[in-house]
Amino acid sequence: MYNYLEYGSSGDSRGVVEDQEKYDQFMARIEAGEKIEADDWMPEDYRQGLIKLISMHGISEIMGALPEKEWTPKAPTLKRKLGIMAKVQDEMGHGQLLLRVAEDLMKPYGKDRGDIIEDMLSGDLKFHNVFHMPTKTWADAGMVGWLVDGAAIISQTNMLDASYGPYQRALQRICQEEVFHAQHGEAIIMALAEGTDYQREILQESLNRWWPSLLMFFGPASAETTGSSKQDIMIKYKIRKSSNEELRQAFLDKYLPRVFSLDLTVPDETVHYDEEKEQWVYQQPDWNEFKQIIKNKGPRSKERLRLREIAYENNRWVRQALAADKVGS
Amino acid sequence: MTEVLTAEEAKKDAAYLTALKELIYQLADDDFLISFRGSEWLGLAPHIEEDVAFSSITQNTMGHAFMFYQLLEDLGEGEIDMLAHERHPSVRRNGIYLEKKNGEGNYLEEPYYDWALTVVRNFLYETFKKVKLEAITKSSYKPLANIAGKVLMEQPYHLAHWKIWMKQLLNSTEEARERIEARLNEAWEEFGDVLEYGTQATEIEHFGLIIGEDELKERWINEVSKTIENLPSTPIGKKYGSGREGEHTEDLDQALNTLSEVYMSDKEAIW
Repeated sequence: MYNYLEYGSSGDSRGVVEDQEKYDQFMARIEAGEKIEADDWMPEDYRQGLIKLISMHGISEIMGALPEKEWTPKAPTLKRKLGIMAKVQDEMGHGQLLLRVAEDLMKPYGKDRGDIIEDMLSGDLKFHNVFHMPTKTWADAGMVGWLVDGAAIISQTNMLDASYGPYQRALQRICQEEVFHAQHGEAIIMALAEGTDYQREILQESLNRWWPSLLMFFGPASAETTGSSKQDIMIKYKIRKSSNEELRQAFLDKYLPRVFSLDLTVPDETVHYDEEKEQWVYQQPDWNEFKQIIKNKGPRSKERLRLREIAYENNRWVRQALAADKVGS
Repeated sequence: MTEVLTAEEAKKDAAYLTALKELIYQLADDDFLISFRGSEWLGLAPHIEEDVAFSSITQNTMGHAFMFYQLLEDLGEGEIDMLAHERHPSVRRNGIYLEKKNGEGNYLEEPYYDWALTVVRNFLYETFKKVKLEAITKSSYKPLANIAGKVLMEQPYHLAHWKIWMKQLLNSTEEARERIEARLNEAWEEFGDVLEYGTQATEIEHFGLIIGEDELKERWINEVSKTIENLPSTPIGKKYGSGREGEHTEDLDQALNTLSEVYMSDKEAIW
């Protein structure tokens, strides 16, 4: 699942052009709809933009496994246990697929997966805002599948024709799996919506709690909100097509009617569809809070990073053993 | 031994039914507990590829537990999720070693899980499962023999996975070898009840449900020694008693409280 555009300060988006002729050829290929491959020439800001985007996407998949994982051993039936395990496994698999793509792009810098993980642990590499949030009940396991993955499908579908071939192909597969995830989430939600008073209660409470995070999911409408945004360069290089706000509107279009049809509400009394402007009007989430969250100052940022840090440090001996390469037959 | 083809047929002979259920509870609870421990590892494995592979094994294993609980449901023991989530520790039949926590901490906070324990435990257990299920393919209870055959179609891949880990860790760094050997010695003190059939052992063998305990144990040792050259020289112990007879540790309580938390939160609910 994942992603909005990168904020943060690093990454070179100044558009310094190293070689005009190569650059023109590169742009011509992109304009013609051709795919750029790992070994092809590419401008520095393209490469760096992709590394940022894809490694953030990759670790968001991996960090994204953690909130749901909190409910995996607790899932209420054997079938739900199996379903959510398969789902979380898929997310880890997406992480692996994406880190491989990012690793290829990082090769010229002599960096690899270890650097990505260490950048994440040090806080240099951000992960998606939704995965900093707590889970409190089983309903959250459904909510993540239904609406967070639902949002991810919208944002990823937007990049299914991305100009960078390895990423574009990874996204094809990821999107196909995300559709299953959204169905898995929807099945959990439907059972709760049709269930006992307690089940409906945890469902509504969960939606109320996740709502601001879901709005934040697509990122701010413009750079003015948070100080910087890489929307423009990503659109110029045909990595993505739509703006953050367009994606958010698509999400609201798709899911608000479904939310209301289940007799659920969202915690925003002002939300309505403006027929004239043909768009949803909604109360902005607190973008200052958003800035804090993605700086790893969200409610569960530290704890989730701590889990990864322990897993990383605690298994160091295993990685060392594998690297020793004296494996018997 | 006469073959028993259906649950209805099995129910006609009270002594047979008692022995049969005892054996199936052991199979179901073993797979359920070890796969629960596997599910706690999700997201924490030594590397991402292993996380994905281990999760596949865990899902298969929990799927096997599901099939065994289904056999019990067919025999009139109650609904599958009740069997998995509601039964009191004292009637759980899994081997005690399989309920053991993955290490220090818990999966939500400070999970100092030990990969050496996990590799050793899964290797020993999957080896055991292989010989046990192979024997069960000849069981007098056909529905069980059929399930054993099905499980054996994918289970060899699980065993192969853990064999590779054992070999790799035993043949790499000094630290890795020491960690594995320490866990192996520990297992040797605790694995004993896994190899047993509990109070119905005589009947289980008598009714042709599976080979006798001694033979099973011998086959297991034989299989294990194909991978590990120097097995501990001490006899295999039952340090914490016998899970086959309903004896368990606090680790099982922790497992059951976790895995049934949502299930128990609203027993009227359909989830």
